[in-house]
Amino acid sequence: MNLHEFQGKQLFREYGLPVSRGFAVTSASDAVEAAKKIGGTKWVVKAQVHAGGRGKAGGVKLVDTLDEIENFSNLWLGKNLVTYQTDEHGQLVSSILVEDCTDIKDELYLGAVIDRTAKRIVFMASTEGGVEIEKVAEETPDKIIKVEINPLTGAQPYQGRELAFSLGLKGDQVKQFVKIFVGLARLFKEKDLELIEINPLVIKSDDNLHCLDAKVVVDSNAVYRQPILAEMRDESQEDPREAHAASWDLNYVALDGNIGCMVNGAGLAMGTMDIVNLYGGAPANFLDVGGGATKDRVVEAFKIILSDKNVKAVLINIFGGIVRCDLIADGVIGAVEEVGVDVPVVVRLEGNNADLGLKKLSDSGLDILAANSLSDAAQKVVNAAGVKN
Amino acid sequence: MSILINRDTRVICQGFTGGQGTFHSEQALEYGTKLMGGVTPGKGGTLHLGLPVFNTVAEAVNTTNATASVIYVPAAFCKDSILEAANANLKLIVCITEGIPTQDMLDCKVICDNLGTTLIGPNCPGVITPDECKIGIMPGHIHLSGKVGIVSRSGTLTYEAVKQTTDYGYGQSTCVGIGGDPIPGSSFIDILRLFEQDAETEAIVMIGEIGGTAEEEAAAYIKSNVTKPVVAYIAGVTAPSGKRMGHAGAIVSGGKGTADEKFAALEDAGVKTVRSLAEIGEGLKEITGW
Repeated sequence: MNLHEFQGKQLFREYGLPVSRGFAVTSASDAVEAAKKIGGTKWVVKAQVHAGGRGKAGGVKLVDTLDEIENFSNLWLGKNLVTYQTDEHGQLVSSILVEDCTDIKDELYLGAVIDRTAKRIVFMASTEGGVEIEKVAEETPDKIIKVEINPLTGAQPYQGRELAFSLGLKGDQVKQFVKIFVGLARLFKEKDLELIEINPLVIKSDDNLHCLDAKVVVDSNAVYRQPILAEMRDESQEDPREAHAASWDLNYVALDGNIGCMVNGAGLAMGTMDIVNLYGGAPANFLDVGGGATKDRVVEAFKIILSDKNVKAVLINIFGGIVRCDLIADGVIGAVEEVGVDVPVVVRLEGNNADLGLKKLSDSGLDILAANSLSDAAQKVVNAAGVKN
Repeated sequence: MSILINRDTRVICQGFTGGQGTFHSEQALEYGTKLMGGVTPGKGGTLHLGLPVFNTVAEAVNTTNATASVIYVPAAFCKDSILEAANANLKLIVCITEGIPTQDMLDCKVICDNLGTTLIGPNCPGVITPDECKIGIMPGHIHLSGKVGIVSRSGTLTYEAVKQTTDYGYGQSTCVGIGGDPIPGSSFIDILRLFEQDAETEAIVMIGEIGGTAEEEAAAYIKSNVTKPVVAYIAGVTAPSGKRMGHAGAIVSGGKGTADEKFAALEDAGVKTVRSLAEIGEGLKEITGW
């Protein structure tokens, strides 16, 4: 689960990290009021969306009049911001962060992730701040310095010093960096995060360190025990169909194609999309109905798949391991009758009572094509969707 | 022979009296697994499915001499359950539960490694040695005792591979679901090493998916350490970047962890890859000459 920059900075502040004074607002008049409260003559206004690359897309602006703040707010609030990290529709700007302006001398990078290979939280620091860190990692990997955190001891100050000296920090900056490093590590652990990025971590003109941005991703599996973070969830940043599916315990991801897929199991759901693609079709979605593919869930899954108007045919691929395929067939028949499906439906059932399930489908009199193998199913659904092989 | 488990493996179940624990324990008993009992704190001293229930894992192990545990407890309590099992000196822990916080797994992994405990999962179907022992939620009836070792990050994809190797008459030595989480207890390499050493495993099927670099690391390991023929399939060629595909670990992020990279690494290691999951059996036939 992603957090907004202003929420990330709220956490940073709690953990003693230096961040700018600022307010997140949802109207132009509040934005102006916020600037007045901050004082001074220069501010930064930043569109709050769950995506990076906002600066290049025009979502971040340095301003020195209240009129500019009002204009920026009117321009972006309620509109979608498209960046290189969003899809073509962009993400809704539901709030704007107004901050005081920081004089920058140099830009650094500091981030932490759960490293799957090391099986540790790994901190990364670089002198190449302010740019895409993926590019730095690819082109000049030696410019990224890493330290691993042992889960049993947590982050130690010496590790922070190692990073600080490698970054070329001096004097009081080293102490400041160690404080930021230890604070971040504590935040990462206590709040069940899976990623933190401060890009850039800046050296101000007075030589002090300052966190200018905050990207924070929370481990979705742990949100249940992080009530404060759970309240920070912003549903306006999520795909409404995906969110609706999740409320039914269905795992749905919208794609660009025209063949709707309903599958049990995440791996098999991906494999089914791939085989549709292999036979020249284009999957419209990923959908995992899970182990208990009951009629209610199948009905809901159909509704979600068909709410995508691009869908020209549906492929149902169920490997009935523990569940009985004849019961799933009942669910499919009931669902097709209830929802009134008007596109061809191809069904492949495998496993427990598969023959009985297929017989039920063919006896139903509905427009359901039974397939006798996965390849057969993929071919049939691609043909049914009218896509040339 | 087989890997990890066989007909003599004595198993206890944590979360024994819950819905999942009960259902899958019944299935395991029916399959012939030596299930010795289970653990549900507070219900010690009672009987469930005709087997003893214990308050603690240590008590269960002392009484039954079990060497393996299967965990069906809810995600919020899994770290506790895994650590309890590891500290009771169990050598094999199979955790089926999905949705465990990733940092809980970081802690569990360190402790299990320190104690020399093999942890399989979480978020996995479990381990089965056909006709001998079934620990987990996989359907027993699709398996056939035989010569192919199967290791996979996905449950239902494993079943596809199992069915194909059964239909071709090859059968399976042992099937291991390592699970779809970012921090699995055991990696592809851990299981590949065991299959390579196992006399009854003549060929290996490896099923990966997008996200992370476990398949690339496995490819490097195969290149220098595995002499047996390997067929591999990777799910998620059509998965978009930045989207989590059901499994917590299945995500392409920052352009890394794509299926194409994984296919390329495996092919470079001399692995026979198949682009259609329906061709796993055919792929095996081709490289083994069976």
